[in-house]
This record gives sequence, structure tokens and C-alpha cells, in this order.
Amino acid sequence: MEIGERRDGNILVLRPVGRIDNDTSPDFQSRLLSGLTAGAAVLVDFSAVEYISSAGLRALMMGSKQSKAANGKLAVASLGPVVKEIFEISRFAMVVQVFDTPADALAALR
Amino acid sequence: MLIRFWGSRGSIPTPLGYRAVRAKVREALIAARGLKLDSPEAIDAFIANELPFSVSGTYGGNSSCVEIETGGDEYVLCDVGSGVREFGNALIAKHGPAKKSRFNVFLSHTHWDHIMGFPFFTPSYIPGNVIRIHGCHKGMRDVFIRQQSDPCFPIDFRKLGATIEFVELEPGRTYEIDGLSVKAIRQNHPSDSYGFRFSKNGKSMVYSTDSEHKFDVLTESYPFVEFFRDADLLIFDAQYSLADQISVKEDWGHSSNMVAVELAQLARVKHLVMYHHEPVFDDRMIEKVLGETRRYAEINESPQKLIVSSAYDGLEIVL
Repeated sequence: MEIGERRDGNILVLRPVGRIDNDTSPDFQSRLLSGLTAGAAVLVDFSAVEYISSAGLRALMMGSKQSKAANGKLAVASLGPVVKEIFEISRFAMVVQVFDTPADALAALR
Repeated sequence: MLIRFWGSRGSIPTPLGYRAVRAKVREALIAARGLKLDSPEAIDAFIANELPFSVSGTYGGNSSCVEIETGGDEYVLCDVGSGVREFGNALIAKHGPAKKSRFNVFLSHTHWDHIMGFPFFTPSYIPGNVIRIHGCHKGMRDVFIRQQSDPCFPIDFRKLGATIEFVELEPGRTYEIDGLSVKAIRQNHPSDSYGFRFSKNGKSMVYSTDSEHKFDVLTESYPFVEFFRDADLLIFDAQYSLADQISVKEDWGHSSNMVAVELAQLARVKHLVMYHHEPVFDDRMIEKVLGETRRYAEINESPQKLIVSSAYDGLEIVL
């Protein structure tokens, strides 16, 4: 899957595009976990994500666990309406910090 | 087939306390303000059409027990949690204690909430009744004996009046029992559990409780997709949210509503019934989860519409 990538200071910002589902979640997981090195701060910008399945959320959970184990930070931002609903249904706001905008997330991660 | 739920709650029975009952009465009276409810018919219609189920009823508090009415002479049950007590009492109220019956129980596993109703299953005390307990675990009889041993229970299992037999089944093999085709599958749960697929006259029902699904990616090759394939009804353990299932409650042996929808849709199940409700959840929360699960089924792209329900004690579904 297409995953945009940029750096804002020390923070890695990933911007996946499209659907994070059974087909694409392995790519998403691989890229996310490789970015979560020791002490790393990672923001996943969801503004271009249309949908996320349980497999995608499971990848995010693995990222959260790896981040905690490595004393890092992980946040997500800019959930579209459908993804926001799925986060609510899955109760994933209890797993990872959710921000309205990338700017809010970056401020919290710094 | 007619499927009747006698126990829908997971882990432990959860009776309603007076505060919960009073809160329902209060909500109903508030909703009734200003309405002209001057006949029993008008009141019945108000209860049926205007009140949410979480106010007009309850999802119930008995632990796992589901009856399959096959049209045959014998009774078929999945698990004997606390719900089996009410099943037994209803049977005796209907036919009296003199009628001798044969029962086929399919046991998902021997955890307490799935067997705790048996010491209170009145037909087990009546000579002439025959109870056959089918399951894939070894040592089922010992577990039932232990459950009814001093000092935990006053009546020894071996002194029960009914003839009680234990039948060990092999997963993956198809059996014909009381006109039903039955097949079992091993499930991921502490000390294992087993799901059962029942088929008769072109209709099929799957009873799959206490089963944790841990796939990274869901594909057609996942064995449960084939086991659930085209089922008319899938009774599925959806005790947790996805976040709970894969974080703090990982390896506790239960699944979530989202995994239920994804598996049911991939397997082209017609009707998903969420089961083994989290004991912490009150009726309002179970209703909220039901609404969210139906919404998730809509969000997911699926060629066949999936009906989603939440089990409650007393629910009947005709296949």
C-alpha cells in the first residue's frame, strides 16, 4: 500500500493511503513496526485512510505494544468519519492516543 | 429447527438487582408521559413498539445453554450452564415429571459456567430419563462428578436417578444424532473448547462459544471460514471489544463483535447472534454494542446482507 513518510523534527509521520484491510495491513504493520525503534515517536496520519479492519487495528496494537516496550511514543490523527466510527466500535481510543489534527498530535509527541 | 436460548451470559450468571429493575420501570414511565395508555392493548403496543429492549426486557443473566428443537423425539442442548435449570423446569411444567425423555447435550467445554446448571437440572433426578453428554474432551464424567461432590454439593452425581452417559466425539467427523448431522471443531480457549455445526433438512446452525480468533490476516484458508460457511445461524462468542480482545484480555479465550462480523461475512453466514455476553455489561451496554456491530456490518463491504442480533434468554429463532 502507499504510505507517505516525512519527518517533523524527531517525529516520524506516516500517512497511509486507502484501505487498511486484509490485503494491505501486512504492509502497514511492517512499515509501522520498522519505524518504532527504541525511543522513537511516530504519528500515523489517517487523513487519507478510508477504512480499517480488525487486521489493521491489530497491526496498530502491535505497534502500540512495541512502542511501549521501546519507551517510544505512538499517536494517530485526522480520523475520517468511517475510521472514527470503527475506532469507537473497537474501543481503540483506549489503546492509542487519538488527536483531531496532525498539529495537535505533533505538539503532544514533542 | 427452532433455536431457543436459555442462557446467554458469559462467565457467570448475572441476575438483575432491584436497582436495575427500578431504573427500567422509571424509564418506561418517563417514556409513557402524555400518552393515552388506557387499555391493556395500548400498553402492550407501547411496550413492544416504543421502548428499547434494554428497558422493556433484559438480555438475561443465565450462563450458556441453547436448545435445538429438531422436531424429533429427543431434546438437544448446547451446554448446561445455569440456563438449563429453567429449561428443565419448563419441561416438567409442560409435561409433568412422569414423562420419560432422552436428552442429547453437546458440551463446548467443561468450564464452570458451561456445566454449573446441571446439579439443578431436575430431569437428571428422575429415573427413566436418559441424558447423553457429547463432547470432545476426555474426562468429562470426572468433571461432572467433581462438581457434585462433597463439600461443594449435597447430592453425589453418581446417585442421580437418570441414566447419564458420556460420549466422546472426534473433531472433524460427522455424526448423525437425533436426525441432526453434527460436526465439531477445536477452538482456541484455555484447555480447549469445541464448536459444533448442526445441519438438518438443508438448514445449518453453528454453536461457537468460548473461542478466541487470533488471525493476523483473515483469509479463506482460515479453518473457521469453512466451518461457518453458508450457515443459516451462527451463535458466536463476542464477549469483548476488539481492543480488549487483543490487549489486556488476550489469551483469555474469547472474541469480539468486529471479528464476529468479519468472519460471518467472509463465510456468507445469514444470521449472526452475538453470545456469551460480558458479565460487566448491563442491558444498555449490550444494546449499544448491538447497534455498533450492525453498523460495522454495514461499513464492511459484503455481497450478502448479514442479520446481526444479540442473544437473550428466551430468544427463539426458527430456521
